[in-house]
Amino acid sequence: MNIYDLTIHELKEKIAAGELTPVEIKKAFADRINDVENKVKSYITVTDELADEQLKDFDNKKKEILAGIPIAVKDNMSTDGIKTSCASKMLENYKPPYDATVVEKLNEAGAVIMGKTNMDEFAMGSSTENSAFFNTHNPWNLSHAPGGSSGGSAAAVAAGECAAALGSDTGGSIRQPASYCGVVGLKPTYGMVSRYGLVAFASSLDQIGPITKDVEDSAILMNVIAGHDPKDSTSIEGKKEDYTDYLKEDVKGMKIGIPEEYFNLDFDQEVKNSVMSAVDKLKEAGAEVETVHMTDASYALAAYYVIAPAEASSNLARYDGVRYGLRSEHASDVSEMFTNTRHEGFGDEVKRRIMIGTYALSSGYYDAYYLKAQKVRTLIKDDFDRIFNDFDLIITPTAPTTAMKLDSNKDPLEMYYSDIFTVPINIAGVPAMSVPCGFDSNEMPIGLQLIGPHFGEGKIIQAAYTLEKLLNIKDKRAEL
Amino acid sequence: MSTKYETVIGLEVHVQLATDSKIFCGCSTEFGKEPNENTCPVCLGLPGTLPVLNKKVVDYAIMAGLALNCDIAEYSKFDRKNYFYPDLPKAYQISQFDLPVAENGKIEIETDAGIFNIGVTRVHLEEDAGKLIHEGSIDKSKGSLVDYNRTGVPLIEIVSEPDMRTPAQAKAYLTELKMIMEYLDISDCNMEEGSLRCDANVSLRPVGQEEFGTKAELKNMNSFSAVEKGLEYEVKRQREILEEGGEVVQETRTWDESLNKTISMRGKEEAHDYRYFPEPDLVPLEIDEAWKDKMRKEIPELPREKYKRFISELGLPEYDAGVLTGDKDMAVFFEETLKDYDDPKNISNWMMGEFLRLLNEDNQSPFESGVSPVNLAKMLKLIDEDVISGKIAKEVFEKMYNSGSDPETIVEKEGLKQISDEDELENIVDGIIAENPDAVEDVQSGKDRAIGFLVGQVMKETRGKANPGLVNQMLRDKLMD
Repeated sequence: MNIYDLTIHELKEKIAAGELTPVEIKKAFADRINDVENKVKSYITVTDELADEQLKDFDNKKKEILAGIPIAVKDNMSTDGIKTSCASKMLENYKPPYDATVVEKLNEAGAVIMGKTNMDEFAMGSSTENSAFFNTHNPWNLSHAPGGSSGGSAAAVAAGECAAALGSDTGGSIRQPASYCGVVGLKPTYGMVSRYGLVAFASSLDQIGPITKDVEDSAILMNVIAGHDPKDSTSIEGKKEDYTDYLKEDVKGMKIGIPEEYFNLDFDQEVKNSVMSAVDKLKEAGAEVETVHMTDASYALAAYYVIAPAEASSNLARYDGVRYGLRSEHASDVSEMFTNTRHEGFGDEVKRRIMIGTYALSSGYYDAYYLKAQKVRTLIKDDFDRIFNDFDLIITPTAPTTAMKLDSNKDPLEMYYSDIFTVPINIAGVPAMSVPCGFDSNEMPIGLQLIGPHFGEGKIIQAAYTLEKLLNIKDKRAEL
Repeated sequence: MSTKYETVIGLEVHVQLATDSKIFCGCSTEFGKEPNENTCPVCLGLPGTLPVLNKKVVDYAIMAGLALNCDIAEYSKFDRKNYFYPDLPKAYQISQFDLPVAENGKIEIETDAGIFNIGVTRVHLEEDAGKLIHEGSIDKSKGSLVDYNRTGVPLIEIVSEPDMRTPAQAKAYLTELKMIMEYLDISDCNMEEGSLRCDANVSLRPVGQEEFGTKAELKNMNSFSAVEKGLEYEVKRQREILEEGGEVVQETRTWDESLNKTISMRGKEEAHDYRYFPEPDLVPLEIDEAWKDKMRKEIPELPREKYKRFISELGLPEYDAGVLTGDKDMAVFFEETLKDYDDPKNISNWMMGEFLRLLNEDNQSPFESGVSPVNLAKMLKLIDEDVISGKIAKEVFEKMYNSGSDPETIVEKEGLKQISDEDELENIVDGIIAENPDAVEDVQSGKDRAIGFLVGQVMKETRGKANPGLVNQMLRDKLMD
């Protein structure tokens, strides 16, 4: 196996055994970036100098969890002195003067940061085609999209351009690209990972999580990034778990719900078959699988497309050209400067969501849209709580299809529908992971979604780890 | 017969809380720093930053709510108020919309027309915005600069009920609020520095009508006199419109101090839709009984209670009680002095006379001067014991004020002790009699007033130290026999 194909835990073992040095590892990944980046285009910024700088500190970090491990970071997480563009013209040259808490944690853990990955502008999209700069290509088939919005992170992991990456997930933005790119993506419980330094899209839904080559790496990265942060009032206080404790091949007696309303939706038959055959394997291994009934996912989708744009309309209002980022040259007064800056700086999808959100919060419409959506949100939370009273996990597909072709879909509503399985999870604030469960007839990866109760990351990891062993497809890599 | 109109005024008062750090970050709130010195990624609203609530700010807001006789919310939350302006870095202000920290209060005010209760609708927390700076006037400046030092300084907004009927009542209400905040020691309440700001809603309605008339919102009144003048102007303006059969337009108007009038800023159509919604970056605020009780214990006797007690228990005239309680330091100084000297009216006379004159000249508080309550009490005793005359006392007091010395030392060192020894005065009195034959004749022919002139001459000769009563007696003894 090539060095760039190795997982975090495999690299750690080789460093510990003296078989590889961090310098060799970094070089292998940097070479891989040189070789394939022009085809995949995962990165907005490659931080080669920073990586070399961090390597110099390896002797002091030797004992840390990620010592010498090459990691990529989505370009919406603030990196001190390094461009953090959110794939937007608005922030094309913006360099934050501070590190996001997760970036600080990566640094403390000895990680080597390879670069900042491409994404849909401000994380709004499901294909990374909303990047203001360029498309990222799916490593399994370069004419396909990697999914989104964390498409750059998922593609970089799948292409061996890093050992693992961080993504952010507001309505599926970690899980859906992980599914499309055949890697593991975890969206933790809301509040589990600090959002400080994550450029906000929808504050009550955004959550940072790991995108990795296997489940074990997901547990390792969670050990690094999870935990209370006094700088984020919504981060949860409490004892930190060691997620590697859950790396056990055991699902005996685990109760798994299969929501009929989700499986009855109109979606790809190959995806459905692949997910169901994986569920059967879990059943054979001793899991108790039962059909459950849940609220129609379309309500969650409707609530999401009110709440997320509403929060976004406010979160993105600060890009006004006054202090940083783009400022329009074509303005004769302040009000015109605001308008023209935002007109020139934002892409269509961002503008669309800002307009939807502004409308939903407007006086006279607030009750009918925002308030109603919040009520729906409460019902959806209750619905998940009800299921988790009796079940350990819920399984659904991650996405209705495998990765779509690039430039194939321009209808926003159809794009929104592709989030149908992932959005309810953010609305409920619970954790969920996408794990590869097979390939379709075009050899494109299929992902299965494991959903757990609040703080149920451990159970998810255990079931996913078991499934990974049962399916035995995790060492398969995209050929480039 | 023409219609009689009644004025209806409600005030929205912003009070900057005097915490050391800002409401959502650790930056200093110190006034007068270099522009943008007191800033960080959080208060500059840089992408990705998040607010963390300063608990002290909530402490202060609870105290304010309790002092204004409000109900304190068990459950309160923050909301975003969205609008674009260069001094607002996030393009929203974190404020409170439907669940403020405190509601349903009232305070008592007094004007020449009597005593009134003014309702306090709500007290809510919010962050301050920055400041635009222009080169010269806003029209001629080539550009605008922004100073974000003030961004994120904690504010409470105190909204009154439309209970005021005259500009004088509005001024009295604002004065009372200021005093309460000063007594609580939660704000500097300096209108010039902007730590106390006042907007007003003004409307007129025919006397007897329940329904409110169309209101104008009045802004930019930067002093107590501006509030009164601005309101008076606005009431007159609206009355003239109504009397001519016109209609008042709902709008926001600004008080122009140099023109002495209010000017239209924006109409109803241009009013903002702030699109309030709950702030998702902060968790709701829960205030339990224990927290409330803790803050209740921090509240001192408030100015209105003190005022009433000074009248009823100490027997001070209303005027004296008003002046002394009008300033927290004055009241505290007075009460400290009273511990060592038990004639309240005498203390009051000195504090409101000589002391206040000097303090006003130097624009300082009593505790910043050289006089301490203990020394003031000592000096008053020296007068009572005839050690110094009232006239000399003024000299002693000024020396205490400037040097910080105690009165005994000053009297001793400067030789200011009153001369009450007849032997010592005998020669001087005789000398004055000899030098002023005309006055002597006047006295002897029954013009009693002339004796005052002679006493004055003796006082002059002794540089004020002679005991005037004794001199008067000696002169009478010598001339009337």
